Amino acid sequence: MNPANYLYLSALLFTIGAAGVLMRRNAIIVFMCVELMLNAANLTFVTFARQHGNLEGQIIALFVMVVAAAEVVVGLAIIVTMQRTRRSASVDDAHLLKY
Amino acid sequence: MMIPTSEAPAGAAEQLQNIGEATGVFNLTWLMIALPLFGALVLLCGGKRTDSWGHILGCLTVLGSFLIGAIQFLTLLGKDADERAYNQHLYDWLDSGNLQLGVGFQVDQLSICFVLLITFVGFLIHLYSVEYMAHDLRRRRFFGYLNLFISAMLLLVLADSYLLLFVGWEGVGLASYLLIGFWQHVPDYATAAKKAFVMNRVGDIGLLVAMFFMFDQFGSLAFDEVFEAVPGASDGWVTAIGLMLLLGAVGKSAQFPLQAWLLDAMAGPTPVSALIHAATMVTAGVYLIVRSAPIYNLSDTAQLVVAIVGAITLVIGALIGTAKDDIKKALAASTMSQIGYMVLAAGLGPAGYAFAIFHLLTHGFFKAGLFLSAGSVMHGMHDDTDMRRYGALRAAMPITYACFGLGFLAIIGIPPFAGFWSKDKIIEAAFNDNIALGLCALIGAGITAFYMSRVMIMTFFSDKRWDSGVHPHESPKLMTLPLIVLAGGAVLGGGLLINDGIVTWLEPVVGHEEAHHRMPVWALTALTLFVIVVGVAAALKMYQFSPVARTQPQGGVLVHAARHDLYQDTVNEAVLMRPGQWATRFLVWLDHRGLDNLVNGLAALLGGTAGRLRRVQAGFVRSYALTMFGGAALTVLAVLVVRL
Amino acid sequence: MEDFPFMTVAMCVPLAGAALAGLTQRSQAELARRIALVASLVTLGVVLLAATEFNSDNGSTYQLVENHNWISSFGVSYALGVDGIGYVMVLLTAVLMPIILLASWRDLDEGEHAQTGPGGGTTQLYVSMMLVLEAMSIGQFAALDVFLFYVLFEAMLIPMYILIGRFGGPQRQYAAVKFLLYNLLGGLLMLVAVVWINFAGPGGEKAYYLPNLVQYDFGTDTARWLFLGFFVAFAIKAPLWPFHTWLPDAMAEATPSNGVLLSGILDKVGVFGMLHLCLPLFPEAARHFAPAIVVLALISILYGAMVAIGQTDLKRLIAYASVSHFGFIVLGIFVMTSQGQSGATLYMVNHGFATAGLLLIAGFMMSRRGSRLISSYGGVQKVAPVLAGSFLFAGLANLSLPGLSPFISEFMVLIGTFTRYPIAGYFAVAGVLLAALYVLIAYQRTMTGELTEGNEDTPDLKTRELLVVTPVIAVILALGFFPKPLLDVIDPAVERTLTQVERTDPRPEHPVQVAAEEKK
Repeated sequence: MNPANYLYLSALLFTIGAAGVLMRRNAIIVFMCVELMLNAANLTFVTFARQHGNLEGQIIALFVMVVAAAEVVVGLAIIVTMQRTRRSASVDDAHLLKY
Repeated sequence: MMIPTSEAPAGAAEQLQNIGEATGVFNLTWLMIALPLFGALVLLCGGKRTDSWGHILGCLTVLGSFLIGAIQFLTLLGKDADERAYNQHLYDWLDSGNLQLGVGFQVDQLSICFVLLITFVGFLIHLYSVEYMAHDLRRRRFFGYLNLFISAMLLLVLADSYLLLFVGWEGVGLASYLLIGFWQHVPDYATAAKKAFVMNRVGDIGLLVAMFFMFDQFGSLAFDEVFEAVPGASDGWVTAIGLMLLLGAVGKSAQFPLQAWLLDAMAGPTPVSALIHAATMVTAGVYLIVRSAPIYNLSDTAQLVVAIVGAITLVIGALIGTAKDDIKKALAASTMSQIGYMVLAAGLGPAGYAFAIFHLLTHGFFKAGLFLSAGSVMHGMHDDTDMRRYGALRAAMPITYACFGLGFLAIIGIPPFAGFWSKDKIIEAAFNDNIALGLCALIGAGITAFYMSRVMIMTFFSDKRWDSGVHPHESPKLMTLPLIVLAGGAVLGGGLLINDGIVTWLEPVVGHEEAHHRMPVWALTALTLFVIVVGVAAALKMYQFSPVARTQPQGGVLVHAARHDLYQDTVNEAVLMRPGQWATRFLVWLDHRGLDNLVNGLAALLGGTAGRLRRVQAGFVRSYALTMFGGAALTVLAVLVVRL
Repeated sequence: MEDFPFMTVAMCVPLAGAALAGLTQRSQAELARRIALVASLVTLGVVLLAATEFNSDNGSTYQLVENHNWISSFGVSYALGVDGIGYVMVLLTAVLMPIILLASWRDLDEGEHAQTGPGGGTTQLYVSMMLVLEAMSIGQFAALDVFLFYVLFEAMLIPMYILIGRFGGPQRQYAAVKFLLYNLLGGLLMLVAVVWINFAGPGGEKAYYLPNLVQYDFGTDTARWLFLGFFVAFAIKAPLWPFHTWLPDAMAEATPSNGVLLSGILDKVGVFGMLHLCLPLFPEAARHFAPAIVVLALISILYGAMVAIGQTDLKRLIAYASVSHFGFIVLGIFVMTSQGQSGATLYMVNHGFATAGLLLIAGFMMSRRGSRLISSYGGVQKVAPVLAGSFLFAGLANLSLPGLSPFISEFMVLIGTFTRYPIAGYFAVAGVLLAALYVLIAYQRTMTGELTEGNEDTPDLKTRELLVVTPVIAVILALGFFPKPLLDVIDPAVERTLTQVERTDPRPEHPVQVAAEEKK
């Protein structure tokens, strides 16, 4: 199969993720979109690893997964706390950290 | 200067006499200075404990210095003429590169004259002050300052280098500052003190620059080394050094154009005026010029300027003296004028040095006597100094009257009193040198006779113009005793000239040269006496035979000018003080508004920019994300563009 | 005793004192002050003891040297040691510190710097910060490693910032931030130069060791840039016109004792740095820029003095007077004659004492009335003669009255200037006149005249205050009449510096040969 197809898929996933992050207000959805972008990057890494015949890309993909897992832990905790204190999961309501 | 036989440089160098190492009594030179200094320290730091005996200590220390000086003088008398100079090296002071200077004292024929004058007159004035200041709560401090002055003045005349002389020079300036402002709770007096110090500092700058010149040229500041090297320097440098030294002398001796402080300095207690502002400190400038004779001998220009400054001052001092109603200010103007005579004489070169010193010595006696007598008069008149409220005091205070009278006869130059001999010699020397200078000196003598007669008449003769409630009385014995001694000096001072005594005595230090006479001596003397008689007669006509107004009359333009010190203060104020104040104000403004605002403005600019930039931080996560994507996209685009 | 680390100990004693004083309870202010005073006295003892090991005949070489590797990979070492100039400065610090501490005894209890209420700073903090500053200053004066010098140069800002910002007058925040920003800017330039030295310099384990750098040829252009980096930092610290505007604010807001610390010791680091680093490291650049710097110094002298005349605030007046005096010091350094540089070094010492005298005595007076304005005072002489007398004495020292120590140094600077740049000499000598004006005007307005309202009950100096004033007066008098011991220590180091910058004294045109030889 043509490796370029994987790259097209990855680009598509990334674009969906990015659009989601920019357009959705619900924190959980934004969060999921970030995950989508991370996985798009993972797919690219693996594709290139396969293409070049070495393992470096796959190793980095593993790292990204670890980071994503850690991010899920911290991020979900923040979202839950936010939900509890402000009764809302909208990212636009959390704009206190400004000038 | 105009003397045809101005020596070749080599000849001048040979004139320097040998200076021996100090032995015997000359090893005590330092003690002369240390004694009054010790007295000053004890009196100023001792506090109230010393109140009861402070004045006695003050007198004793000066007496001690006088005794040492007298013994040294007698020892010198017993030696050969070329063995009368001794140098005592105390310790090394400065050592840096080729600047090497020790603290050392030099006793020779010139300095010993001053030592005797300072300590003897100083002692008498200390005695006088015991009574004069008896009712002042701070008498102890007064004696402390006086002792400090004696010490600094001795340092000035005994120093063996210009730098050490400068220490004494500023030391007497400090003592003068403290004493003029002794009654400093009166704002005017404090201002007068400051004015004296600052104007002196202007002169001091001249002395400093002269020292820089010397160091630059000769690499030394010690008298003997400088004098030895000076013939090697070019004419321009010698003249420059001479002029700068003159600037120093002009400041200290209240000569034109730095004379304005002396009249204000009369704010100090009268003994101070007698000691510092008549007999000793103000003559330091003359000492400086005479001491620097080897430098001036090599520069006709510098000498001419010295003589001209002296001539100008002696005339304007005399003119100012004619219009003053304050007895102390009239005497101060007279001091200015008499020092003008000395400076004029010093400017005549070897023909005049000895006479400058001679007049300085006699003047020291009779002027101190005059001032102390004036103090005695004030003492009897409730500290009133306005002569328009005096009159006919000769009966009320006979001793004061007699002493003042003798001093008066001396200063106007009536033979055989001291002033006649010394002043006549100066007029003679001036005439021999240059007709114009001689005429100035002659006219000055006439005006002197006029204004001194005016003072004499308004105070002791004419009719009573006392304020009601004033009961003039003679002063106590402790005050009249110094008066009598000083009057004795005014009578006998001329004796120094017997057999050309003082001229021969000073010759090894300053040289001497008989001038060729332009006109017969007797004729000149007669002319001088005639001028003096005219002056006295004019004063008699105006003040004895016509009534003196109790309030100051309007007076003409000239009188008005003289009353205002020939507008010297106005000129100083307009030319120096006001622009100075404006400059200061402008700089303060510049510093605060300009430089500081520049810096603060820069800070404000940064702060403002930052304030606007921070608006970008809206707090909306999605807008941050958009920025981030935009940035990433731009980066990618940039990479692509570069690739292509 | 030969290898005893005197300088390290002299740094550690005040640090230990600071720690000890900091450990005391808030209520034990008196104890903290005593600890601090003892620590500073012990430091003085250590420095005096070091004098026995210091060979003054050989003042041109670095002595009491300690040299240990610190960060070898960057060529940084912990190297201390002093030549004649450095030792004199360490001595100045050690002598002034007990005086300053004694003078600051009641700073926080009364007057405008009183720390009342819960927000006030504690005595513990106050004295510890002063001791830390002492330690750092000694380190600066003894540093033989350029990097170490830089680190201390920057670190010194922190305690001073705390002292001004915490204990100063009403405008303290502004003054403290201004002080910090100005000096940080200078420090930044110096940092660039320091890093650059690592690239351009000899490298190796001792890349920053001063004696290694002295012989090194950086190349003309590099050396000039490096020189500017260091010089501007020092000029801001010194402070030289036009970098001076932080000093009046800082000195006016700081307590009088901190003001003395600032202008008497800390600012000396600037001028010391010029003499200690700028000249030996970059001789060609120093010669190249000397005329320009001489002009800046002249402006400082005249400008500082004239602005001082126009001040209404006593502390600002003293600050501007300091600007003028620092001008003289810089002038002496950059005319590059032995009289000029010896005079400048001596001036650093003398200015320390003269300013300490004037500012501390003025501070005593201000603590009685709580006002810095000259116009608040008048006729004080009548009720407090000792206060007025010592103020006048300190003032006379500031106007360089002959017989008092500052005169010697000023005279030497002037005469050194004159032999090299006569025109500059003419301008500088006018500073002598202006100094008389600002001192005497201040004295006249505060002390003489009729007693004005509010000053009737001014008490005279107390015993503690006399204890502060007496040593200052004694030193000023002693050094005025007998400066030779100090000059003997300074001179060899100055001669070495002159050799390093390859300048010799101009010879007099018509020297007195015989007499000069006899003297030698």
